[in-house]
Amino acid sequence: MTAALNVEGLRVTLGGREVLHDVGFSLEPGAFCGLIGANGSGKTTLLRTILGFTSPSAGRVALGGAAGYVPQKLQLDPDMPVRARDFVELGLNGHRFGFPLPSRARRAKVEEMLAAVDAAGFAGQRIGELSGGQQQRVLIAHALIRQPKLLLLDEPLANLDLRAAAEIIALLRRVAKQGVTVLISAHDMNPLLSAMDRIVYLANGRAASGTTQDVVRTEVLSALYGYHIDVIRVHERILVVAGEHGAHGHEHVATIP
Amino acid sequence: MTLLQPGFFSSLPVQNALLIGAGAALLSGAAGVFTVLRGQSFAGHALADVSAAGGAMAYLLGISPLLGFFSLSVLGALALEALGTRRAAGRDLAAGIVLGAGMGITALLLYLDVTVKGSAGAAVTVMFGSLFATPPGLGRAVALGALAGLLGLGFIYRPLLLASLDGELAKADGVNTRLLGAVYLLLLALAVTLSAMAVGAILSTALLIGPAAAALRLARSPVAAMGLAALLGLGCAWGGVWLAYQSYGWTPGHVWPVSFFITALVLVVYAAASLARRA
Amino acid sequence: MFAPYMLDAWIVATLVALAAGCAGYFVVLRGAGFAAHALPMAAFPGAALAGLLGIARFYGLAVFALGGVAGLAWLKRAQRPDAATALVLVALLGLGALFLSLSGQYSNAVYALLFGQILGVGPADLPPAFAIGLGVPLALLACFRPLTYSAIAPDLAAARGLSGAGLDLLFLGLLAVTSAVALPIAGALLVFTLMVGPAAAARHLTRAPLPALGLSMALALVIAWAALALAYLTGLPSGFFVGTLSAAAYLAARLKR
Ligand SMILES: Nc1ncnc2c1ncn2[C@@H]1O[C@H](COP(=O)(O)OP(=O)(O)O)[C@@H](O)[C@H]1O
Ligand SMILES: [Mg+2]
Repeated sequence: MTAALNVEGLRVTLGGREVLHDVGFSLEPGAFCGLIGANGSGKTTLLRTILGFTSPSAGRVALGGAAGYVPQKLQLDPDMPVRARDFVELGLNGHRFGFPLPSRARRAKVEEMLAAVDAAGFAGQRIGELSGGQQQRVLIAHALIRQPKLLLLDEPLANLDLRAAAEIIALLRRVAKQGVTVLISAHDMNPLLSAMDRIVYLANGRAASGTTQDVVRTEVLSALYGYHIDVIRVHERILVVAGEHGAHGHEHVATIP
Repeated sequence: MTLLQPGFFSSLPVQNALLIGAGAALLSGAAGVFTVLRGQSFAGHALADVSAAGGAMAYLLGISPLLGFFSLSVLGALALEALGTRRAAGRDLAAGIVLGAGMGITALLLYLDVTVKGSAGAAVTVMFGSLFATPPGLGRAVALGALAGLLGLGFIYRPLLLASLDGELAKADGVNTRLLGAVYLLLLALAVTLSAMAVGAILSTALLIGPAAAALRLARSPVAAMGLAALLGLGCAWGGVWLAYQSYGWTPGHVWPVSFFITALVLVVYAAASLARRA
Repeated sequence: MFAPYMLDAWIVATLVALAAGCAGYFVVLRGAGFAAHALPMAAFPGAALAGLLGIARFYGLAVFALGGVAGLAWLKRAQRPDAATALVLVALLGLGALFLSLSGQYSNAVYALLFGQILGVGPADLPPAFAIGLGVPLALLACFRPLTYSAIAPDLAAARGLSGAGLDLLFLGLLAVTSAVALPIAGALLVFTLMVGPAAAARHLTRAPLPALGLSMALALVIAWAALALAYLTGLPSGFFVGTLSAAAYLAARLKR
């Protein structure tokens, strides 16, 4: 089976500084992969390079098919007279020149997509007026409507509350089940731990990748972060926590003679 | 201005004025929606001021004003595109620089109009327009230009809307945003030229921004906003021509400038739309 | 060129350049290019009205320039700033078209107010020129830090009790006063181009705030002097030289980097 995304020896220089050094990994069709790294570690840069917005100084990117993109944030004006429905339709034909004649088949496709991401309820509202979670759904529908093989999302959970984040993750899992490879960037891996089966970890411009079982272990994560990380399992869920257990207690003992 | 004495609709200058006003208002209204959404009001105004140099040049060379205005505003569009940067603040500066250079050249050409050609009224006509005194053939040319502009706008409508929402997203969807931006600037140059024919270069911004800003307060979809802006602009242009025609009787022997009435109506429409939105 | 009757022109050009070069630094920093263009342009109908009513020109100019500031402040609450500026500009210019038409001294007045007649200044123009040439830079320097802070981080500045709208009003008010005073002497074009070109060029040459401010004023001076000399030598309008030299300075600064 050919890979949905193959990245090899990627080097990217921005403003005279090499932001990514020798990044390589590969994703199978239908993988749900988290791209994890601290702020400024190069997640956005990597996604933009995969999309071809930034050209690498070395290395190559091979896509197994079309890619859909959900940017970190839309700079939207609440006054913009564009409904969620119009925006999803633009995902279908927004790149085409020519007169926008209405078509019933296209409308049906848009409605189907809106329903698939549970956005039918607010499809008639202006996108500038939607909540963060609702906007994410509309953006995902916009990206999925042309049936890409790969979906790239840049920090889609960053501004969502716990419930909205869980709903978006569940939606993306359904998408991955249908064979679309999902690459989702996040600075906090916890919300994704139960969903992702692959992880690409970015630090200091280098990437470590593997299955979630391989990477999410105390010794691997502690080595990656250069700091003690505990992997905790409760109620069949996993959680990663930074810092030595009881470290604060020791400090207290040390500082009070 | 005794030309204006016979009935409103049978007067040739009035017919010409109505035609030019309609062409200018329809294209500027529709294109203006994107100008407002993309935050390019200053760029649009800069193109207008640059086009004034073309109007002054037309006097000097004795060519059609339409050609003069259009050639310079295209040049202005190219300069904006060349200087343009991605950041909004950079675009603001580029527009300012292009505008300053364009007005400098306008100053020179208007000076030459007066000293070489003896056209003392050139400054007023170029900057503030004189719709009743345009050459008779101009109406048809403006109407054709407006038609071409509207067709072009329809042609790039979808990618333009997407790119106006989010440039990166449009790129990810396969839109050549650089080319699209350049084509849009050319259409804007055309809209500005036609409006400059109607109300003069420095007032052409009224037809470009006013009706669009009003329509954006009311419309629910982009297409509706474009249609509404075009219609509001048309109403202002024709209303302005009619009022100017009437003004002949207010101050005997003196017609008030059409540009004043069109601008005033545009502002009334904008104020009404803002109130309607709040209500 | 340095004959006694030219002395006033040199002094006035120097003072206007000092005020415009200093204000320009903040115009560029605050992204207020359109407002800097609109205020001098919008002030000029005031001169036409003053002519119609037979009062001193300065009052007409000041009322219109400050009216423009009020209009901007009011419209900006509901509109994007650039669209608001455009609306204020055309509102006042539309009145200008009417006043000029009614006053019957249409064409010469338009030309003089828009493009300036710096060679025609006399001793009577000196006091107002001194007022802005010294007053505006002093006032702006006194507000240097708040104006900079609120431009760079409006939210943080607001948290420290600096009202963004208030500072905007103060800044635009200073621009309006500069415009009202300088307009009859130098013309709307000269005031505006000296506010944008030199400051934009300075920004490309240095990043440090105070050197950029100084460089902007120095460039404005050089451009104003060069334009005056060239206008005197060739007999062509000074506005032409100011406009094109400002653009040339900007281009040169951009190419140098
Ligand atoms: N256009 C640019 N020019 C110079 N440096 C940049 C540019 N864009 C990003 N960087 C730098 O590259 C690094 C990675 O940025 P980014 O990919 O946005 O990180 P992340 O998305 O992980 O937060 C950061 O240190 C950032 O400062
Ligand atoms: Mg990022």
